[in-house]
Amino acid sequence: MNIHEYQAKELLRKEGVPIPPGEVARSAADAEAIARKFGTTVVVKAQVHAGGRGKAGGVKLAKTPEETREIASKILGMQIKGLTVEQVLVTPAADIATEAYAGIILDRASKKPVFMVSPAGGIDIEEVAAKTPDKILKLPIDTRYGLQPYQASRLGFFLYNDVKQVRAAGKIMQQLYAAFMKNGCSLAEINPLVTTPAPAGDVVALDAKMVIDDNELDRHPEIAALRDESAEAPSEVLARNANLTFIKLDGDVGCVVNGAGLAMATMDLVKYYGGDPANFLDIGGSSNPEKVVNALKIITADKNVKAILFNIFGGITRTDDVANGIVTATKQNPLKVPLVIRLTGTNEEIAMKILQENGFSASSDMDEAVKSAVALAKGGKTA
Amino acid sequence: MSIFIDKNTTVVVQGITGRDGSFHAKQMLEYGTRIVAGVTPGKGGQKFEDKTPIFNSVADAVAATGANTSAIYVTPMFAADAILEAADAGVKLIVAITEGVPVLDMTRVYPFVKEKGARLIGPNCPGLISPGQSKVGIIPGRICTPGSVGVVSRSGTLTYEVVYQLTRAGLGQSTCVGIGGDPINGTNFIDCLAAFEADPATKAVAMMGEIGGTDEQDAATFVMQNMKKPVVGFIAGQTARPGRRMGHAGAIISGSAGTAAEKIAAFEAAGMGVAKRPIDFVELLKKKL
Repeated sequence: MNIHEYQAKELLRKEGVPIPPGEVARSAADAEAIARKFGTTVVVKAQVHAGGRGKAGGVKLAKTPEETREIASKILGMQIKGLTVEQVLVTPAADIATEAYAGIILDRASKKPVFMVSPAGGIDIEEVAAKTPDKILKLPIDTRYGLQPYQASRLGFFLYNDVKQVRAAGKIMQQLYAAFMKNGCSLAEINPLVTTPAPAGDVVALDAKMVIDDNELDRHPEIAALRDESAEAPSEVLARNANLTFIKLDGDVGCVVNGAGLAMATMDLVKYYGGDPANFLDIGGSSNPEKVVNALKIITADKNVKAILFNIFGGITRTDDVANGIVTATKQNPLKVPLVIRLTGTNEEIAMKILQENGFSASSDMDEAVKSAVALAKGGKTA
Repeated sequence: MSIFIDKNTTVVVQGITGRDGSFHAKQMLEYGTRIVAGVTPGKGGQKFEDKTPIFNSVADAVAATGANTSAIYVTPMFAADAILEAADAGVKLIVAITEGVPVLDMTRVYPFVKEKGARLIGPNCPGLISPGQSKVGIIPGRICTPGSVGVVSRSGTLTYEVVYQLTRAGLGQSTCVGIGGDPINGTNFIDCLAAFEADPATKAVAMMGEIGGTDEQDAATFVMQNMKKPVVGFIAGQTARPGRRMGHAGAIISGSAGTAAEKIAAFEAAGMGVAKRPIDFVELLKKKL
């Protein structure tokens, strides 16, 4: 789960990370009022779940409250990578001497959280990794022991020469690690981590990003509550609330499948036979008829869908549950587009009987079903 | 022969009185798996299906029955503890079926299991089956048939699909292993490929990968350098959009690493057969057997 910059900053502040104050505005008038309160030059920052906000024009400096209002009115409602900006963060502009990067990423290869720090911050860390890999220090952490003081110190020395700044950075690393572990993150980063000009030379976090492991949310209801549904596609919100995994795509063959791997393979097969999948939809392992009803609701809401394909391989999933779901859903809302059903596995005979009694036919072969669905979406006859 | 499990495998089921645990324990018993014990804290002394003794801890179960393998069906928040408990009790093969285990939990569990000299399969996996001998997990027994194809996959139902098509075409399996789709899992493709290479009963391997990560590319390098037996590969997610989560936490395309195209290119470079569709496994494997 993604959370917004201002939310990530709040979680880091709780651990003691030095971060300039900031407030969120949902209107230009509110942004102006916040700028007036700070009484200094501010930065207005779009709060969306997308990288490259600066490049897209979603981060701007404003010298006066009036200018803040004007800039906020432009950023609010702006589209960044297909997402509408609903909120802006207004924060006093900082004097910057240097910019560094500090992040923790859950790494599949080492099976550990890995610290990445670089004195070349403020920009895309992937670019630094590609062009000047020696400017990045990667440090895997054994979570059974946690981040040790010598490791925090090593990270600090990689960023700064001044011992006072090294110590300050080391402390921030400990705080960043604590926030990462406590909140069940799969990513936590500070970019940029800046130093202010001498003589102060403070080390301060100016931007923060966190991604939470969805599997942790049951353990952290307070983090789950940070979810901003207005920042997500409505169909994906509906699906999640119905315990389905759904991703909208641009094609016209709606797909309902059990299991992520088979769902991807089904979409690939649609493409292989010349069609275009409208979505990824995984109804999961132990499905009940209600899940199928919700799945059909979500798919039929997409006006691009010209045919619907069920591909169910019953293991834990009982195919008769799916058959009952199809019958119930189509009775409630008769389908306007053709339906192709492929069912095999647990309780297949019962499922086939239920479908036949209700006027549906089903195949047990995946390739045949996909070919039919593709042909029907193109307005042709079944293969 | 087979890999990891055979007719001598003795199993303790952790969470045997739960909804999923009891259902699948019955299925395993029906298949002929030697389930010697169950564990549910607080229900020690009772019997499962009037036959299998239930213990309060894995240590008690192992001491009393000598179980060498564990199947875990406990809920996600208790899965890490269950795996640690099994490893600590001296169980050498731990199969964690549970879906939704926090990844940070696995960062503590994985090194501990290694240090104990145990093998973990999963979490978030369908387990494994050596047809005609034993099954540990949830793979439907009736779609499998004994034979000489080793099957290894990151997915559940896609594994069933391929195994079903192999069986229909008369191609039996030595062992089918679902390694799971999570970012941190106990056993990877290479572990399974090495075991299949060493197993006299396996003549060829079918491998189903997914987008995300570099496990399939690493596996391709392993095939090229260390395997004499033919391997046919498939990648699910060729139509996926970059950066989107496709149900499995592991299946994320980040930047250039982990796309289907990259993985298929790695398979081709390693001289592996590449199945474009699940059904293609049949012809490609027949040619190599």
